[in-house]
Amino acid sequence: MADLAEAVDVVIVGAGPAGLAAALVLAKAGKEVVVLERGEFVGAKNVFGGAIYTQPTAELYPEFWKSAPVERFNAEHRFALLTEDSSTTISYKSEKHMHAPHYNSFTVQRSLWDRWCAEQAEAAGAYIVTQTVVRDLLWDGDRVAGVRTEQEEFPAKLTIIADGVNSLLVEKAGLRRSIPKPNEVALGVKEVIRLGEDVINDRFNCENGSGVIYTIAGGPFEDITCMGFIYTNKDSIVLGLGASLYDLQQKLLKPYDMLERFKKHPMIRPLIAGGEMVEYSGHMIPEGGFHSIPTLYCAGAMVAGDAAMLVNNVHWEGTNLAMASGRFAAETALQALENNDFSVYQLALYEKLLRSSYVVQDLETYRNILPTVEHNSDVYLGFYPRQLNSLMETLVGVDSVPKKEKIRQFMQSSFRKRSIPSMMMDMIKIGGPMLR
Amino acid sequence: MSMQQNIPTSTIEEKLFTVKYKPGPTSHLIPDQNDCQVCPTKACNYFCPANVYHWDPMQSLNLVAYENCFECGACRLGCVYQSIEWVYPKDGHGVTFRHG
Ligand SMILES: Cc1cc2nc3c(=O)[nH]c(=O)nc-3n(C[C@H](O)[C@H](O)[C@H](O)COP(=O)(O)OP(=O)(O)OC[C@H]3O[C@@H](n4cnc5c(N)ncnc54)[C@H](O)[C@@H]3O)c2cc1C
Ligand code: SF4
Ligand code: SF4
Repeated sequence: MADLAEAVDVVIVGAGPAGLAAALVLAKAGKEVVVLERGEFVGAKNVFGGAIYTQPTAELYPEFWKSAPVERFNAEHRFALLTEDSSTTISYKSEKHMHAPHYNSFTVQRSLWDRWCAEQAEAAGAYIVTQTVVRDLLWDGDRVAGVRTEQEEFPAKLTIIADGVNSLLVEKAGLRRSIPKPNEVALGVKEVIRLGEDVINDRFNCENGSGVIYTIAGGPFEDITCMGFIYTNKDSIVLGLGASLYDLQQKLLKPYDMLERFKKHPMIRPLIAGGEMVEYSGHMIPEGGFHSIPTLYCAGAMVAGDAAMLVNNVHWEGTNLAMASGRFAAETALQALENNDFSVYQLALYEKLLRSSYVVQDLETYRNILPTVEHNSDVYLGFYPRQLNSLMETLVGVDSVPKKEKIRQFMQSSFRKRSIPSMMMDMIKIGGPMLR
Repeated sequence: MSMQQNIPTSTIEEKLFTVKYKPGPTSHLIPDQNDCQVCPTKACNYFCPANVYHWDPMQSLNLVAYENCFECGACRLGCVYQSIEWVYPKDGHGVTFRHG
């Protein structure tokens, strides 16, 4: 049994966006808070695409872009639909997002960004301990009463489990019946490719520190659930993909081989030409959405961020949900400490806060979209990108066939491959949940 | 074909060479070799992003190059029998991503 007389107010496992958000809020409120992180330094174990989103991030770190290690603000988002050898890209760019404080998002490198967030929490009074693996929870009856590391015990009035997508502690806490199934996660692999600042500006049409995000579907991965991405850092770019672990497992695919095929696509090739690959990495992404969320709290403990599977991966949104859930966990902890009540009745507030915010509401909206795409990946990530590209070919190809005839052929071949009613159903399945 | 030659392609060995590691003294990944022997696909040999597992038919063993592991957890979930004994490496050991 844990000795609660020596307990700190809150112990947090994991110094990612979720844990550090909770630490900042608690430390600012004057609570005694310890964050335990297994990495050599904060951020050392972490990999993402990526972009952090300005509005939710600034709620915790006002005007962070003035002092944080951000790479570029993203002024443009390109969506590319690929076949094996062609691509159609649409781009959204807005002057609005090119000026403070209206930046939509920033690219960051986790090794630098997470460390900066840790410094903010430390400055507010949190203790952050690195190179420390939490091995188990401490119990006081059926209440979580802190954690056990390799070296020692950390009794705590409250424990926030923010140990990421591969959360061993959620299982130890008994908050999930079994370990997640392969179809509840995606596996991401990526490379950081150094190109130089000027090359990136020229090649990606960037100016004054702006950057571009690419979301890529189809192409070399058309028959499995997989999406590609490109982000621009200051002098390097990130090229990667996220694929359903279930599909990789079933089809015996090597993610790094897929990355190599991806690089050779005619749309990608010229973007990375002449670059130097400086780091390869991989990490899991929660993909199960709403259906995968574990029990979010028990007496003495709450689960935040990826550990709670809070990712909207249709939009690559994870850090914002992690930060929001970390904040809600901290706000609940403040109430619990105030009332000296760490029971499930008190901590139920955490779930209530999550459910009344965009965090759980968005995941609920999207709950059937990904499964639909996953079950019909040949349609959504194969058929449609192919048809779109063949329509473009019809429109731009100059071959002395009358346009009317070409359109007729295109329509005929489309409807032969997929009937009008099933195409309408395809749209309703994806669009319907958003409008309801 | 100059375009082709110009793009930064790499083998998995070259990719792993860009990653910083401080391997622990013993493996933090222990597959159940009894399961491996009957495992129909040896799926971990494919999906692992760091190419950690190698089925050796001669020894009838699933070899584990744990020192290359990213600690991503994919094999814990994706092992056909979910039977890999999986823990994080000891304090201060394992992978360090310098960019992430
Ligand atoms: C390829 C990829 C691309 C992505 N792209 C984006 C993007 O562009 N934008 C976006 O917003 N999100 C993106 N995400 C998702 C985003 O990275 C996550 O949602 C976010 O990092 C979750 O934060 P977290 O704090 O919950 O977990 P993490 O960031 O994973 O942090 C968990 C921390 O806990 C530590 N830890 C784990 N176990 C222990 C233990 N036992 N003891 C001590 N410490 C422990 C880990 O070392 C880690 O530092 C992406 C993810 C991937 C993999
Ligand atoms: S998938 Fe599991 S059982 Fe099969 S070879 Fe790999 S570790 Fe062994
Ligand atoms: S944890 Fe990830 S990198 Fe390590 S062996 Fe398992 S699948 Fe490979």
